[in-house]
Amino acid sequence: MHIDPLEKQWVQIALGICAFFIGIIMLDALFHNINAPSNVETIDSARLHLSEEFAEQNLGVQVDGEGQVVVRMIAGRYSFLPKEISVPAETKMTFRWVSSDVLHGVHIPMTNMSTMVVPGYVAQVETSFPKPGEYPALCNEYCGLGHDHMWSKINVLEKDEWQQLQLSMNGADNDE
Amino acid sequence: MMNDSVERKLALSHMSVAFAAFIVACILGEYQVLERSGIFPALESPAVYFASVSTHGVLMAYVLTTFFIMGFGYYTASSTLKIPVWNPLLAWAGFWIALTGVVLAAIPLLSGLASVLYTFYPPVQADPMFYIGATLLVVGSWVWCGIMLVMFYQWKKDNPGQNVPLAMFATTANALLWLWTSAGVALEVVFLLIPWSLGWIDTIDPGLARTLFAWTLHPIVYFWLIPAYIAFYVFVPKQAGSFLFSEEAARAAFLVLVVFSLPIGFHHLYMDPEQASGWKLLHGIGTFIVTLPTFVTGFTVIASLEIGGRLRGGQGLFGWIGSLPWTNSMVLAVILSLLMLIFGGFGGIVNASYAMNAMVHNTAWVPGHFHLIFAGTTIIMYFAIAYYLWPVLTKKPLYSNNWALVQLWTWFIGICILTTPWHVLGLLGQPRRISSVAYNNLLTLSWQPYELAMIFGGLIMLGSAVLFIYILAKTWMSDVSETENDYVLEYAEPLHPVKNLPEYLNDFSLWNKTIAVLMAISFGIPILQFFFMDTFDSSAWGY
Repeated sequence: MHIDPLEKQWVQIALGICAFFIGIIMLDALFHNINAPSNVETIDSARLHLSEEFAEQNLGVQVDGEGQVVVRMIAGRYSFLPKEISVPAETKMTFRWVSSDVLHGVHIPMTNMSTMVVPGYVAQVETSFPKPGEYPALCNEYCGLGHDHMWSKINVLEKDEWQQLQLSMNGADNDE
Repeated sequence: MMNDSVERKLALSHMSVAFAAFIVACILGEYQVLERSGIFPALESPAVYFASVSTHGVLMAYVLTTFFIMGFGYYTASSTLKIPVWNPLLAWAGFWIALTGVVLAAIPLLSGLASVLYTFYPPVQADPMFYIGATLLVVGSWVWCGIMLVMFYQWKKDNPGQNVPLAMFATTANALLWLWTSAGVALEVVFLLIPWSLGWIDTIDPGLARTLFAWTLHPIVYFWLIPAYIAFYVFVPKQAGSFLFSEEAARAAFLVLVVFSLPIGFHHLYMDPEQASGWKLLHGIGTFIVTLPTFVTGFTVIASLEIGGRLRGGQGLFGWIGSLPWTNSMVLAVILSLLMLIFGGFGGIVNASYAMNAMVHNTAWVPGHFHLIFAGTTIIMYFAIAYYLWPVLTKKPLYSNNWALVQLWTWFIGICILTTPWHVLGLLGQPRRISSVAYNNLLTLSWQPYELAMIFGGLIMLGSAVLFIYILAKTWMSDVSETENDYVLEYAEPLHPVKNLPEYLNDFSLWNKTIAVLMAISFGIPILQFFFMDTFDSSAWGY
């Protein structure tokens, strides 16, 4: 068997390139905890309205007891509910997406908020948005003939602006 | 020389189906970029658009490829081994089973009853005839796999101690790859989709279905690509007036491709919630390993070309490139194919990168990438193979070499104009698989110029595709008939004669066992988990 010395060198270089890429990915995954949405959590997509977590009044942006921002969204043909939400910039938050019908996917352009929304499973993504602005959340998996029309609006506000909005909304709740 | 009329007829029949599917799908493709741009309101119709996308995908990915690979494989087997195709009657049965499958699937596809796209992700449900047709196509291809394996092992038995010719070694590797690859989607279709679409079972687990589909979804692209690599190794060096730089490296490249393309399908599921990150990382590592045979192929093929260029008088570091026979369609095709492979490979590494994938997943970047690698790198070699085989199969001279060169150049230019803006659209956040841009957001204004460029690129490709069919048809219908033995396939000779080839580079049994172990490791628990978790199935949905 004959393998040219130059070819052997090239194989070593190619192995080095692969090892370099794999190394960076493993470093980020294992030490910086940068992972794809992979929480393997099941839910009955036909009974979301009966689940406490995804009942209508719990959808959208909430701040839990520890001050962590949690966003709960339902993907259903042809909209993400709620249709419009406001979140703070430069704040770590957790998105929890579920489908009420078929397969969907969602991404927010120019950010790394991206996940498939598979019926029967909860898709959880942790992220933060560095730049304030008005972003669309777009359905990116074919879900039916109205697929093009499936999107929602995400307003990313400066931190203090968002806090004021939260306060005024809570105030409005108290007035009722 | 043996009478190969049976083999020639088999190859011509399979390839005719392949290229008929191809030209129909090209027309649909151009319609889709026009419809999507929104500049022709009369064309706007999601129902027609998604029926078209589904048909385009099925024709290109399943019909063109499978029939081309079968036809090319039959002729390669008989011409390299110098034996007739084993059991031609069975081969014809495979052809008709597969063709029946295509017709059965085409009826619901074209009538809008199977607009579930070629990935048919449940719980959106298509007409049962669509799933049954797709299954028959695969069953027909399994007949081909069986015949390739029988011919490989019969030849080995009759020629003990001899090396199986490289072209046949690679073709059999591809048959083996396809048997392993198609098992995943076969399990999905036979146990989930068909019983569910016929109403025998009420519900389906989309997570399990996606996992089984991911089993098939990566290695299938290597099933399509291997004929292009076969041409790289066994035709290109000779056409460039050169020798194959290393046959041993070629065999190793094919084996690593087959073994490592299988256990890595979860890079399609990076963004999916039903699989855990550990499995995704494992598949991600395998995805980088499978780039190795492509690195090796790039080196070996370019080295073979360089020897050819220098033998033809090329001097200096790059001078040999200019002295290559650029007017040889096979040589021109490989140069363009490798150029597209460099850019497509870069995009592929972005997709494979576990975390970075989040920025491009399911955006327009993805179809941009696979059109560059599939329609570009792979199909341009299918063209070159067709130009090379057609005179051999029809026993008539090629209608026009110059028009063939024009066709290859225009295809390359069309691909560049189509896929570059497509990638950019993805980076600008455009989702894939939309029939119009209906989002009320400023971002979408930046998409328009790129969509217009895509129409233009697609138009050039459609013109090129028509020219391709025209050249083949004119050749076939020509009155000029050459004497019997004017055209034979010339296979490249290795630069260094292959001596003392180890058995593991001349046989598959070790690799078959390796694949079985790797598949059990990478897919065992991820599939079994669905039977141990409390999962909630979905009922059927229309679209």
